Amino acid sequence: MTLLWGNIILLAHSALGAEFYRRILLANPAVEGLALKIQMTVNGQSREADVEPRLLLVHFLRENLGLTGTKIGCDTSQCGSCVVRMNGATVKSCTCLAAQADGAEITTIEGLSAGGELHAVQEAFWNKHGLQCGYCTAGMIMTAVELLERNPNPTPEEVRQGLEGNICRCTGYHNIVQAVLAAAEANSATSSG
Amino acid sequence: MTTRIFGSGIRRREDPRLITGGATYTDDVTLPGMVHAAILRSPHAHARITSVDTAAAGAAPGVIAVYTGADVEGALAPIPCAWIPPESDVKPVAHPAVAKDVVRYQGDAVAVVVAETRYQAEDALELIEVGYEPLPAVVNPVAAMADGAPQLHEDAPGNQAFHWVATGGDPDAAFAEADVVVSDTIVQQRLVPNAMEPRSALANWLGSMGELTIWSTSQNPHICRFLTSLITGVPEHKIRIIATEVGGGFGSKIPVYADEMIAAFCAMRLGRPVKWTETRSENFLATIHGRDHVERVEMAATRDGKITGVRSVVHAGMGAYLSTAAPGVPTILHGLMYSGPYALTGTRADIYGVFTNATPVDAYRGAGRPEATFLLERLVDLVAAELDLDPVELRRRNLIPKFDSGYDVVPGLTYDSGDYEGALDMALEHVGYAGLREEQASARERGQYVGIGVSCYCEICGLGPSQVAGAVGFGGGLWESAVVRFHPSGKVNAYVGVSPHGQGEETTFAQVVSDTLGVPVEDVDIVHGDTGNTPMGWGTYGSRTTAVGAGALFLGLNKIKDKARALAAHLLEAAEADIEYADGQFFVRGAPDQSKSIQEIALMANVAWNMPEGMEPGLEASAFYDPPNFVYPFGAHVAVVDVDPDNGHIVLRRYVAVDDCGPQINPMIVEGQVHGGVVQGAGQALWEGAVYDDNGQLLTGSMQDYALPKAHMVPDIETLSSETPSPHNPLGVKGIGETGTIASTVTIYNAVIDALKPLGVTRLEMPLTPERVWQAIHQQS
Repeated sequence: MTLLWGNIILLAHSALGAEFYRRILLANPAVEGLALKIQMTVNGQSREADVEPRLLLVHFLRENLGLTGTKIGCDTSQCGSCVVRMNGATVKSCTCLAAQADGAEITTIEGLSAGGELHAVQEAFWNKHGLQCGYCTAGMIMTAVELLERNPNPTPEEVRQGLEGNICRCTGYHNIVQAVLAAAEANSATSSG
Repeated sequence: MTTRIFGSGIRRREDPRLITGGATYTDDVTLPGMVHAAILRSPHAHARITSVDTAAAGAAPGVIAVYTGADVEGALAPIPCAWIPPESDVKPVAHPAVAKDVVRYQGDAVAVVVAETRYQAEDALELIEVGYEPLPAVVNPVAAMADGAPQLHEDAPGNQAFHWVATGGDPDAAFAEADVVVSDTIVQQRLVPNAMEPRSALANWLGSMGELTIWSTSQNPHICRFLTSLITGVPEHKIRIIATEVGGGFGSKIPVYADEMIAAFCAMRLGRPVKWTETRSENFLATIHGRDHVERVEMAATRDGKITGVRSVVHAGMGAYLSTAAPGVPTILHGLMYSGPYALTGTRADIYGVFTNATPVDAYRGAGRPEATFLLERLVDLVAAELDLDPVELRRRNLIPKFDSGYDVVPGLTYDSGDYEGALDMALEHVGYAGLREEQASARERGQYVGIGVSCYCEICGLGPSQVAGAVGFGGGLWESAVVRFHPSGKVNAYVGVSPHGQGEETTFAQVVSDTLGVPVEDVDIVHGDTGNTPMGWGTYGSRTTAVGAGALFLGLNKIKDKARALAAHLLEAAEADIEYADGQFFVRGAPDQSKSIQEIALMANVAWNMPEGMEPGLEASAFYDPPNFVYPFGAHVAVVDVDPDNGHIVLRRYVAVDDCGPQINPMIVEGQVHGGVVQGAGQALWEGAVYDDNGQLLTGSMQDYALPKAHMVPDIETLSSETPSPHNPLGVKGIGETGTIASTVTIYNAVIDALKPLGVTRLEMPLTPERVWQAIHQQS
C-alpha cells in the first residue's frame, strides 16, 4: 500500500496523473488485483502486458521486460538513475506508472546503441572517464542525450545546470561535464563535416 | 618508441558494459523461483517490543512466510564486530539480526516478509502489528556518556563502547613548555555514505548439497564469506559470495549486515532463492553512517611558530551496535595520524567509543584520516592566526623535510616517503597564492569576502602488514593474493582477491600485466569479486587495492616470467643465464633473432610437449603479498571560496589538489579518484549531515532532506601531482582512493573561516549552511 498511495500522491502532481486518477482509480476503488492492459514501444519493439495499475514504469522495464540497464537509486525522485526517454522527453521512471506510458515510445539505455554502435554520448563518457561504478551512468547518459538535443552547444555551466536532476557519488561530476562537452563537440564536428 | 602502458591514461575496459546497460549488479539478477523479502524496521529509536502479531501479514496475498526475532534467534548468530583494538575495554554487545526484545535505533529490523513479488512483500509489512513500549533515547555521543543518560546495553555501563588512549612522544611536556596553546571543539557530523547502488542480496540455498550462494553488494566478498559462515553456520567452503558488479561503496559495503543474513536465513528456510534490496529510505536508516565525532582538541606551539604537540578527547558515536570495523576507525586510523605531515614531539588521542540510539557508524571514505587531518589543519590555522603568521608560512616551518625511505613520527608510525613542501609549492604556484591574497585584500575593501583555504596532509593506507593488523585487533589479515593464468592462445586471466567496485582495477591491473609481460592489454582480463573463482583476499577499502592487490599480482607475474625464461632457455637450447627479456620476447643475449614470445612460451607450456626435466606443465602462478609497511600518500590542497555576507551563501570557486600516490598506473583514473574524493569531502564541509531529533528520529532520511553535492554546486577540480615512490612497495605505488576526501573538508572549511575573518567569525559547525554562516556573521555584529 505504501507504493500505491505514494504513487497517487505523485500522480496528483501531473496532468497525466490527474487524468489517470479520474479514469482508473475513481472508477475502480478496488484497484488491487486489477490488471490494466498496456502497450508501449520500448527501444523500437512493441510490448504489451497486463499490469497492476500501481506498477512503476521502472519496475515494468526491469522486471517485466528484463531491461535492467535502468537503475533505481532512490525512492524520492532525486537521483536520476532511472531516467529514460518517453516520447522524446526525459522522465524519471521511478516516478511514473507503467500505465502512464501506455501508448508511448520509450527509449532506455539499452536502446541507445541498439545498432551495435555507441551513441556519441556513450562514447564520450567512455573517452573522458565519465563514470566509475557505473550505477548512475544510464540515467546520466539519457539525460545528457536529451540535454544536447535541446542545446547542442552548451557551456560548462549549462551542462552542470542540466544535470541537476542526476546524482553521481563517484566522479565529482568533473569528467561527466567533460564528457557531455566532448559529445557536443563530436556532434558539431559530425554535422559540420 | 612505443608509449609504456604503465602510466598511460587508457580508457577503462569495464566501461562498455556500464555505458550500454549490460552490466549485472545484484538487483539485476533473477533466478527461477525467486521470491522477495522486505524487512519491517523499528520506527522507534529505543523501545521494548511487547508483542508482534504477524497473522494478517501471513495471510496477505502472495505472502509465503513471515519471520520475527523469535524465529531467527538461534538460527543466525549475532552480527559480529571484527575489529577489537586491544587494551581499550571494547564491549562487543550482541547484535541480533532481527530484534526480539529491544530495538535500539530507528531502522533496527523487527520482522521480515517473504512474498512472490516485492509489492506484495511491502504491502504485507504494513499488516504486521508490533507493540512497542518506547524507552528514552540519546543520540549525541557526549550526552550519551553523561550521568543519567538512557542506557542502551546492560553490559556497557555509561554507554561506553570502548576507551582507547594512544600517547606518542611527550605531549604533556610539549604543552607545558608551549608559548601558545590553541584549542577548539570540532563536531565531525554524521554522514550518510549514499553509494548510488542500494545494498542488495540474492540468496540461493541448494539444500541437497548444503551450498549457500549469495549475490551481495560487498566490497570484500571473502570477508563476507568468512563472517556469513560464522553467522549462518554454513561451512565456509560451502558458501559462495558473488560481488562482481557493485555500484559504489565508500566503506558502506565493507560491513556484513543483518539484512543479507536475513535473506540467507529465508532462503535456507524456504528452499527458494530470496532477493532483498533496500530502498534508499532503508539505506539512510540501516546502512552504516560515517564520522560522528565530538572532539575537544588542542595544539601546542612555540612563539616562533614551531608546533610541538596535539591532544584530543574524542567522543565517537558508534550508533546502537558495533559495526564490522567500527572501533578501528576513530582509534587506529585516526589517533595514530596526529602527527600528520609535521614533526611533532608529543601527541595524545583519548578516544571514547559511545553507544547511541542511532544507525551504527563504520568506515566511510577516509575513515578516521579525514577527522585527523581536519583537526590538525584547523589547529594549524588557529596557531597561525594567534601568531599573526600566514597559514602557509606556519606550515612551511613545520613540514617534515623531504625523505625517501622512512621517517619515524611520535605516534609510532614510520612514514615511507614524502615531499610535503614540494606538493605545497606546486599547489600554491598553480593557484597563484600571492595574487589571490592581493585579490582578497582588494575584495575586502569592496565589501566582498573571498576566502583561501590551504591544507597539507599525509595519510595512512594500503592496509597493511598482517602482523600489525593482528596487533591492533583487526579480525583478519591484510595481505592480498593473485593467480595469473596464461591460456594456450597466449591470452591471460588474472584472478584477484581484491574487489573493485568503480575504481577501475580491471584496467589498471591489466596494464600491470601488459607492462610486466608484454602481452597486449586487450589480451588480459582481470577476474574479481566472486569467491567461487578468485583466491583469498581481504577486499577493497582503505586505499589498498592497488598498493596491496597489485603488489600480489606483480609478484605472480614475476614468477611467470621466471618460469617462462627457464622454458625459453630450454626451447632455445641456451643457458638460462643467457636469456634476456624485453617487450614480451625472451631472447638469447647477443642473438635477438633467437627468441620466443611470451605467447609461444604459453602455448608450449600448456601443451607440454617439450618441457625441461622436472618443470610442471602450464604457465600459471599464484602469489601472496603481505606488505612490510603501510603506504603514506600526501599532498597539498587549496580552496577558494566567495562568501556572501548578506545571505551566508558560499560559492566554491576553485579547488586545486596536488596529490602524490607514487607512480600512477593510469593517470586518468587517478584524477577521477581525486575528483570524486574532493567533492565527497566538500559535501561534508558544505551540505551533508545526518540530523536526528532528540528522540532519535532521523530527520534527514532521504535524498530530499540530505543534501548531496550535485553538478551545479561544484567547480571543476584542478588536479596536479608529484611522484614520490614508496620504497617498500613492489611497484612503488601508494593509494589514491581517499586522499581527496581526507584533504578537502578542512581545506574548504579553512577557506570559509578565512573569508569571514574580517567579520570576526572564527568557528562554525559543519555543514556550513548559509543559515549558519549568516547567523555567525550576525552574532558578531
